[in-house]
Amino acid sequence: MTDLNRREFIHRSVKAGLVSAGALGAGWWLHDTRPPALEPLPQSLPGIPDFSGALVEGPAMAIAKGTDRMDMADRALEALGGIRRFVSPGHRVVIKVNAAFASPPAICATSHPDLVTAVVTACRAAGASDVVVTDNPINDPASCFRLTGIGPAAEAAGGRVVLPTADQFSRVTLSGARLIRDWPVLIGPLADADCLIGLAPLKDHHRSGASMTIKNWYGLLGGRRNVFHQDIHTIITELAALVRPTLVILDAVTAMIHNGPTGGSISDLTRTNTLVAGVDQLAVDAMGAELLGRDLSQLPHLRQSADAGLGVLDYHTLNPVAVP
Amino acid sequence: MRLVTIRRITQGFFLVLMIGSCLVNRVGDRWYELRGWPVSWLLELDPLVGLATVLTTGSLYKGLLWGTLTLALTALLGRFFCGWLCPLGTLQQMVGAWTDKGRRPKARAYGRQSHPGQKIKYLLLTALLTMAGVELVCPLVDLSGQGGWIPPVAVILAGIVLIRTGQKTPWKRSTGWAMAVAGSLCLMLGNLLPGNRLLAAGLQTGILDPIPLVYRSVSLVVLPLISPDGTFVVVTGGLLTGGVFVLVLALSAWRPRFYCRYVCPLGALLGLTVRWSVWRMGRQDKNGDACTGCGRCDHHCEGACDPANEIQWAECVLCYNCRDDCPERIMGYSTRPSTTGENPGPDLSRRAVLTAGATGAILLPLARLGDPLGVGWRPDLVRPPGSLTEEAFLNRCIKCGLCMRVCPTNVIQPTVLEAGIEGLWTPRLDFRLGSSGCQHNCIACGSVCPTAAIRPLALEERMGTASFADKGPVRIGTAFMDRGRCLPWAMGIPCIVCQENCPVSPKAITTRTIMETVAGLDRLIVQQVSSRAVHLNLPFTRSPLAGGDYFLAGPAGPQNALRITGLQAGWIQVAGDPAGAGFRQQTPAAVVVRLQQPYVDPLHCIGCGVCQHECPVRGRAAIRVTSENETRSRAHALLAGTGLPHSKD
Repeated sequence: MTDLNRREFIHRSVKAGLVSAGALGAGWWLHDTRPPALEPLPQSLPGIPDFSGALVEGPAMAIAKGTDRMDMADRALEALGGIRRFVSPGHRVVIKVNAAFASPPAICATSHPDLVTAVVTACRAAGASDVVVTDNPINDPASCFRLTGIGPAAEAAGGRVVLPTADQFSRVTLSGARLIRDWPVLIGPLADADCLIGLAPLKDHHRSGASMTIKNWYGLLGGRRNVFHQDIHTIITELAALVRPTLVILDAVTAMIHNGPTGGSISDLTRTNTLVAGVDQLAVDAMGAELLGRDLSQLPHLRQSADAGLGVLDYHTLNPVAVP
Repeated sequence: MRLVTIRRITQGFFLVLMIGSCLVNRVGDRWYELRGWPVSWLLELDPLVGLATVLTTGSLYKGLLWGTLTLALTALLGRFFCGWLCPLGTLQQMVGAWTDKGRRPKARAYGRQSHPGQKIKYLLLTALLTMAGVELVCPLVDLSGQGGWIPPVAVILAGIVLIRTGQKTPWKRSTGWAMAVAGSLCLMLGNLLPGNRLLAAGLQTGILDPIPLVYRSVSLVVLPLISPDGTFVVVTGGLLTGGVFVLVLALSAWRPRFYCRYVCPLGALLGLTVRWSVWRMGRQDKNGDACTGCGRCDHHCEGACDPANEIQWAECVLCYNCRDDCPERIMGYSTRPSTTGENPGPDLSRRAVLTAGATGAILLPLARLGDPLGVGWRPDLVRPPGSLTEEAFLNRCIKCGLCMRVCPTNVIQPTVLEAGIEGLWTPRLDFRLGSSGCQHNCIACGSVCPTAAIRPLALEERMGTASFADKGPVRIGTAFMDRGRCLPWAMGIPCIVCQENCPVSPKAITTRTIMETVAGLDRLIVQQVSSRAVHLNLPFTRSPLAGGDYFLAGPAGPQNALRITGLQAGWIQVAGDPAGAGFRQQTPAAVVVRLQQPYVDPLHCIGCGVCQHECPVRGRAAIRVTSENETRSRAHALLAGTGLPHSKD
């Protein structure tokens, strides 16, 4: 063996040894004798922020009569002490509308654009720095916001529509809940908001009896949320616990009395000429049930929510301000 | 003893070991079905299985550590695995040697000379490993985090600097270009693809990896064909599985070890490993003048590595045939390089490697456009109990067929297209084909799976007993009634075989009893009444009226009908007194049947499919299992508030 060969041999042996040792070392380092877990344990948030706290004292509920939603909203808000009671300059406001279906405003299956205009305008006038209008509809989101008129109305009044893209959802496990466990919730717009306002139309709902302000929060759920229809009253009660809004407004100018929650015909509607605004969503819904002609035995979720201490069922005890 | 003889004995041993591993991989008590054999040892020795699963999962599971030993030894010794161990290589070598016998020496040597096409296997390996590892670049292109754009921009800038400064050194320039292009790609991907859907990784080495291929072929085709159990074993997709196997062997009749030379990704991996090996084959004549140029070293060369000239060391499979054939005895295995020089590695162009990698990287995203792992999941795809979530499962399954062979009821079948192209040859349960459903006290499949794609389960875990009681049994799906095909539901015929055979306790199939009028026997008129029988205008019927399920209903209604006990010449014998039940001459009567109509309780159903297998409606059973509510996927949960971790408070 010549010198050159010897050097070559050593050179090669070192490299071969490195490859060999590298394979063994990497194998040893990456070795894992435990079988993989069936599914990694999910990381869930404990809930969403509570928007009901720290309210200035004032009336809890206002009932406006009339047919012009913009006017009624203004008067109801005024009766509650004005929008500035809820929205301070610089606040970021989230308005959760009901944009569930891609149907025109006349069908009244979704929040009316006039009401959206009124509330967004009021928030802007109060100095809100950002007014987000959002929902996770059942039909195609972009179509829903366009065809219901909610999107154009919100944007014209200075609001911003946030569509429910995947990155807006986070998993939530509500303490003590049976259904809202490790469930995706449309939490993106809510995460750094100061104020949450719910706008819901008053509607018949074949499965739960009625769709009002609490049921409206169903639109914050993601995933295959329709499994919850197996236990509809429990999920509505859990929604009442999950979402503690600043303010809710129930639009009962026209109530969908049957064929809900989609309706589809003017003949499904009746004029009830009422708009209810309040800080206690259960009380507002109790009033809505009355307008819809349902009694409490038909709407077990209202009683369940009351029993869970999530609001007042007998709304008269809140001394609602009547706005004629 | 000659070295080639030792090699042949070793090859024979590992061939028998492989066949034996497949053969004994049964649950049973016959002598060849002994349990506890390390049936997957050869698969674990295969370093490609280990490397690819490390890329897809980040860890080297259990016995796959053996593969590192193969790699380590190959780095020192050369491709001994290919020439001495690999059963598929042995089989090809046998075919090649046999068909070569009739050929002239010149033709023989021609078929055993190196060919540029031998590079293809390296490109296939590149494509497969890119497919497996492409998700590893995710952190690099994930721009969603704060400052996520900084690393790629820094790489681009560094690349530009390199291009500028390295005007005269080509490697600096090309590295600079590579960095700039890679950084730009990262920026583009990170901006264009929220969630990085294009970076889908998956394990596809099993399609071509020779050890899974040979295990699969022997387990699913050879053994079922010769059926050592003396029973008829049904296996789907036999033409495809067996066809590939036959093709591999047939091609080596044309070119010896065709698959090893041109296709085998494992051979390619080992070929890359031997680059600096300490020992190697080559001409050992010191002065380089002992060779007479007879060319006999080529005549039986298995690797097509040109031993007489510049030896292609990455191609040599250490068969020792050249050493055996050389009349001058100048071929040898030594630490000295060949006197005529050697080429240590495959000469691959960077362009070809990049193209192969890019091809691999784009194939899985294409297959996943339909989102088969998400909303596009296939409900008919029922995986064995213990299977991981579909994505994790596909990241581990090497398509070896061990689970299918071991399944005592043969209900685990290879997929053809049922799991998408990506899932080819992975296990699925076909309740129509097995000898029964999935036995709910069996954990065989998970215990033989070498990569834990089917997680090994304890029996208690499978059954949901002992410490697993709060989790409940492992569910692989849910049975659904097809009321349009079910005999009691659709045709008024008593049955409930499904309910009887439901193995869980309490049963997941319950029944509700109804009394239904039998069509055609509903407008009878009583002609005469005796103490235990009624005579009426009964038309001919094939219904087994005296079988015990049929009743005669009179004026008192179907709930008070009398059980029919016999038929005799127009008289219907009944249990009880017909006159007491209101039967009179000329009163209307009807035959009713007592039916138990089955219902599935999804809370208790584990999806074992015994009901589907036993359903007498054989073509398309009236009760069928789909993967709804399977334990492995929370997204497939059927019931509100179940299948989720329990609330901590």
